[in-house]
Amino acid sequence: MDDAPGRQPVSDNSVIHVEGLSKTYDSGFEALKGVDLKIRRGEIFALLGPNGAGKTTLISVICGLVNASAGRVLVAGHDNVADYRQARRLIGLVPQELTSEAFSTVWDTVSFSRGLFGKPKDPAHIERVLKSLSLWDKRRNRLITLSGGMKRRVLIAKALAHEPQILFLDEPTAGVDVALRRDMWEVVRQLRDSGVTIILTTHYIEEAEEMADRIGVIRSGELVLVENKRELMRKLGRKELTLQLHEPLERLPGELDAHGLEIAEDGQALIYTYDGRDDGDDSSGIAELLADLDAAGIRFKDLHTRQSSLEDIFVSLVREDA
Amino acid sequence: MNLESVKTLYVAEMSRSLRTVLQSIVSPVISTSLYFVVFGAAIGTRISEVEGVSYGAFIVPGLIMLMLLTQSVSNASFGIFFPRFSGSIYEILSAPVSYFEVVLGFVGAAATKSVILGLIVLGTASLFVPFTIAHPLVMLLFLVLTALTFSLLGFIIGIWADGFEKLQLVPLLVITPLTFLGGTFYSIDMLPPLWQAVTLANPVVYLVSGFRWSFYGLGDVSIWASLAVITLFLAVALAVVSWIFRSGYRLKP
Repeated sequence: MDDAPGRQPVSDNSVIHVEGLSKTYDSGFEALKGVDLKIRRGEIFALLGPNGAGKTTLISVICGLVNASAGRVLVAGHDNVADYRQARRLIGLVPQELTSEAFSTVWDTVSFSRGLFGKPKDPAHIERVLKSLSLWDKRRNRLITLSGGMKRRVLIAKALAHEPQILFLDEPTAGVDVALRRDMWEVVRQLRDSGVTIILTTHYIEEAEEMADRIGVIRSGELVLVENKRELMRKLGRKELTLQLHEPLERLPGELDAHGLEIAEDGQALIYTYDGRDDGDDSSGIAELLADLDAAGIRFKDLHTRQSSLEDIFVSLVREDA
Repeated sequence: MNLESVKTLYVAEMSRSLRTVLQSIVSPVISTSLYFVVFGAAIGTRISEVEGVSYGAFIVPGLIMLMLLTQSVSNASFGIFFPRFSGSIYEILSAPVSYFEVVLGFVGAAATKSVILGLIVLGTASLFVPFTIAHPLVMLLFLVLTALTFSLLGFIIGIWADGFEKLQLVPLLVITPLTFLGGTFYSIDMLPPLWQAVTLANPVVYLVSGFRWSFYGLGDVSIWASLAVITLFLAVALAVVSWIFRSGYRLKP
């Protein structure tokens, strides 16, 4: 009974299905307001949002750490309350805080996690996990002797000890140095390649941009957007054209008003922002701008364009009537 | 039932005790020995028999009870408080285990440890004074029931406490006084009638009395009253624990 295979969701390939999820804490704080979300099997989903937006609460409800006030969560078709055993068995959670039993060893704590999730001992699997996270040499070390980055790896190892199909990473690289961050991304990619669905929260946009297949933006307890990353950047991405001028300009001549130019670098440069959507029609307006500049006698010595990053998109989304 | 999970929790808790073997095992043994030296050997020689039993032998059951209560409470409370304090409890809460299994692992380990300690103290006592055990099975039953009940109480305290101070508060302010006033070192017959009546409101009296009955066949109250009290305690503790988990009290916002 314990090892019954997870029921497949009927209609789509979503592995997590969140429906109308709300959470109001006893303090009266509304952390989640009717969140609907589907996570697809095998994807890397990044949940972005400012501090206090509800990222951790959402994860905590799905993983069973926090009771929902309304709504429900299905994990591979299993209700995470009524059918919590089947649901939780599929999930591995790496929490945000570095928490650990200070005095046990890396090996013991990771083995403990496997047993806790009801799996029989499998030293070969633990060894693989520790090796993939470069923890093998530290296996006999007590946790208290490890650095913050190493502890973070231990938490990931613990979450992977029971071979979950879904991995939650809550701010996995907070306080982790750049080299280690790259390593972790590598580990996450390998996991995804092995078929694990990954949900990570982060406020490093770079992380989402680098890793995610899809991105959800959460703001004040509401999912304001869920979108394929490339689509998102294409749709919302603005492009910027910067023109380095020959002679500084104090004021724009009136005939250029229509282009919405900005003067930058003390008049040394002009910035033109335009829609970067690749819609087929040539609507960028660059040709017209250049013609008008020429007509106005404004000459430039250099130019470059820049695609707005996910960070710009994110900031504009979160700022919007916030 | 998810036996693998229960076993894992149980073994982890037991090995935590082994890591702190000095605090867990050596110190209760030493303190109990001190009681025997002071009360049994030194003062006891000046006191004639109590109810036909030498004073040294008379206090053996009470001392074991004293140790059993304090150790059960402190072990179990620390066992669950520490993961809450360090935050590592997230893992237990997100694991596919039922609340019953969590309690079984934590309380089972704490109670096991207390029973083992009880037996060690019993062995230590036999080095100081000769005594007999009239009803060994009843003695074991009391040992196990008391260890279990007070481990449950400790578990509740470990969940209720939001700091180290509260963690120490109940054992220090409730358990120890009740035990000392519970007939550990005297028979309540030795008290004036008024105090005898007051003492009967102390639940520990029934535990010590019942436990002593299993040794010497005599007690301050009937063995059935003792059994009834410990069973009632156990039932109340179980009810509170099950309420804690159903409501998510202090565990699950």
